[in-house]
Amino acid sequence: MTAKTTILTLPREEHVHPGNRACTGCGLSIAYRIGLKALGPDTILVVPPSCLTVLQGLFPVASTKLPCLNVTFASTAAAATGVMEALKAQGRDHIKVVGWAGDGGTADIGIQALSGAAERGDDFLFMCYDNEGYMNTGVQRSGTTPQGALTANTPFKGKLQQKKDVPAIMAAHGIDYVATASAAYPLDLYDKIKKALCLGGTKYIHIHTPCPPGWGFEPRYSVKLGRLAVETGYYDLYEVERGEFRLTGASEKLLEKRQLVAVAEYLKPQTRFAHLFKPPGHPEIVARLQQLADRNIRRYGLLEETEVGS
Amino acid sequence: MHIIENGNVAAALGVKLAGAQVIAAYPITPQTPLTEKLSELIEAGEMQAQYVPVESEHSALAACIAASSTGARAFTATSANGLLYMHEQIHWAAGARLPIVMCVVNRAVGAPWCIWNDQQDSISQRDTGWIQMYACDHQQIIDGVLKAFSLAEATSIPVMVCYDGFLLSHTYMPFVVPEEEKVARFLKPFKPSYALDPDNPANLNTVTLPDIRMDVTGEMAHGYMEIRYLLQEDLRGALTVAQRIEDEFKAVFGRGGDALLEPYRCDDAEYVVVGMGSLTYQLRDVVETLRGEGLKLGVLGVRLYRPFPDEALAEAVRHTRGVFVIEKAVSYGYEGALCSDVKAALYGRLADGNSGRDDSGDGSNRGRTGGAPFVRGLIAGIGGRDIRTADLTDTLRTAMKGTLPDGPRWIGLKL
Repeated sequence: MTAKTTILTLPREEHVHPGNRACTGCGLSIAYRIGLKALGPDTILVVPPSCLTVLQGLFPVASTKLPCLNVTFASTAAAATGVMEALKAQGRDHIKVVGWAGDGGTADIGIQALSGAAERGDDFLFMCYDNEGYMNTGVQRSGTTPQGALTANTPFKGKLQQKKDVPAIMAAHGIDYVATASAAYPLDLYDKIKKALCLGGTKYIHIHTPCPPGWGFEPRYSVKLGRLAVETGYYDLYEVERGEFRLTGASEKLLEKRQLVAVAEYLKPQTRFAHLFKPPGHPEIVARLQQLADRNIRRYGLLEETEVGS
Repeated sequence: MHIIENGNVAAALGVKLAGAQVIAAYPITPQTPLTEKLSELIEAGEMQAQYVPVESEHSALAACIAASSTGARAFTATSANGLLYMHEQIHWAAGARLPIVMCVVNRAVGAPWCIWNDQQDSISQRDTGWIQMYACDHQQIIDGVLKAFSLAEATSIPVMVCYDGFLLSHTYMPFVVPEEEKVARFLKPFKPSYALDPDNPANLNTVTLPDIRMDVTGEMAHGYMEIRYLLQEDLRGALTVAQRIEDEFKAVFGRGGDALLEPYRCDDAEYVVVGMGSLTYQLRDVVETLRGEGLKLGVLGVRLYRPFPDEALAEAVRHTRGVFVIEKAVSYGYEGALCSDVKAALYGRLADGNSGRDDSGDGSNRGRTGGAPFVRGLIAGIGGRDIRTADLTDTLRTAMKGTLPDGPRWIGLKL
């Protein structure tokens, strides 16, 4: 990888029109805008029903300047394969193919097709924007909703189960590139997409995208919350390139800083976690979420000499 | 060139000749030898196409939908539960107006598991907006695949080529392999009306509103209802297009001719038996036997089930006394779907079946004058139950003598 992209070297050309239907403060809209800059104009997108379908506008209006195929919920990866194979048959395979799905369309209903494509090593990039729930249908739990989070169908106790680790599942397929990214660190995302596009086979990038209405926080704090997720070790930025794992960006910097924020600081500003703190609260769930972050940190070699929450 | 091969190989050779560019499939009995043959042809370099061994039928059709949206000729094949697993995508392919061709190797659907032939699988997909053709022999399979691509691309509507599992898919029969230069004359290269293209970007199948809406140039764009109405209109129009393509095929290859219905000794028939697939050729033997007994029976094979050739069918049975519909599927809770369709085709076109006068004196309808023919539904061959020609003969003989009780009858049932 060459020099890191900065705000000064980021391409000026926009592929997403402003004034689209995304909610104010939408983490996806940041990731999408930056992501499409990285993909460039010679790209075909494949999108299942999700918030992105809404962001892109209602027929006959489109907010994206790239060609996009809307497909059924479960079929994003298989459809990306179909586009890619057709381009190959036509000798147009210089065009990049990108599946861009939400966490439901990736971790839940879409995982079979995604796993199949990854096993075949089909040459496309799959992007999952993870807002941790079915936000487009009114905030229901998904496989990537974190434990403890209130959703429309976990209304009082919050979700009882832990978040599904999709990047780890994808890495287990042995594909050449798996990365995590965050809407709060768009340049890191940009560089990861650029790197992925240089590699063959199936590539997977998982993007943490804060969601003001779904998580219950003021839209102006989207980036702040995305950063807190990383600074607490709750969500780590890394890449697994040909099996080699390394932390990147802000998570890599934590290695140097050796100082992590307590996970509670990330949870407290979100109303979906409010019941954990309101007396009598659920300290055991907060502890469990802290434990998960600690486990990640141990795994990534961050914990030695590191004082969590200091 | 004549060869002797099984029905699945006939289909595979048709797909090769049609120049399918992307093939995605998942194994299911009795479809497997068809897609195995295609992968063999591609790996051996005898066919230029991308073969995608997907992880499910849902993904098979997803890949075909995407490939077709990108402007490639796409093909898949399946049977039974595989077809049902595709159901969402089957609707999608028609709604998106993609000229995909799929062979449905007809098989019973579970539960309980049953790998043998009936037509419940494809009949249960009749309302999806696909064109459905039914083949009766291997020649119709291989020719049908070529006609299917032509019809699909002429109408922008996907086509199922249905043929009976095992009875056709696994039996060996001689057939003519169409000559490549004739195929080139008959089937022109696929020119999609739109294909995904970064130089001409579009957002396909996006959320569409109940009402029409203005686009950025000030033109009114269709609402969902207009889009769906046009699918229905074009499907009805496909009856004409199918016959035109059949005529074009006959002009090039010198065989075929009946795109909608295939009549056998119907001209002077007092009774006609209607069916689909290999059964209709078996019924020709029954016709010969019963005609030997002086009973004037004909067979009307339905080649195109959707769009339904209602007008042609009503015309074909106009002067008969009775119509027997024998089918390998049930609209559970009512009767065979084909039987309902036949009745609907006659209703209003011919006078009511009960309006004629029966002068036989024995209730047999043999003395019926005037009015439309009566229609009786019969079910046979469910789950691969052997359809014995003797049973068909006995049942139809009884039916023509007017002593068959009302209501759907299951031939060969052993209760």
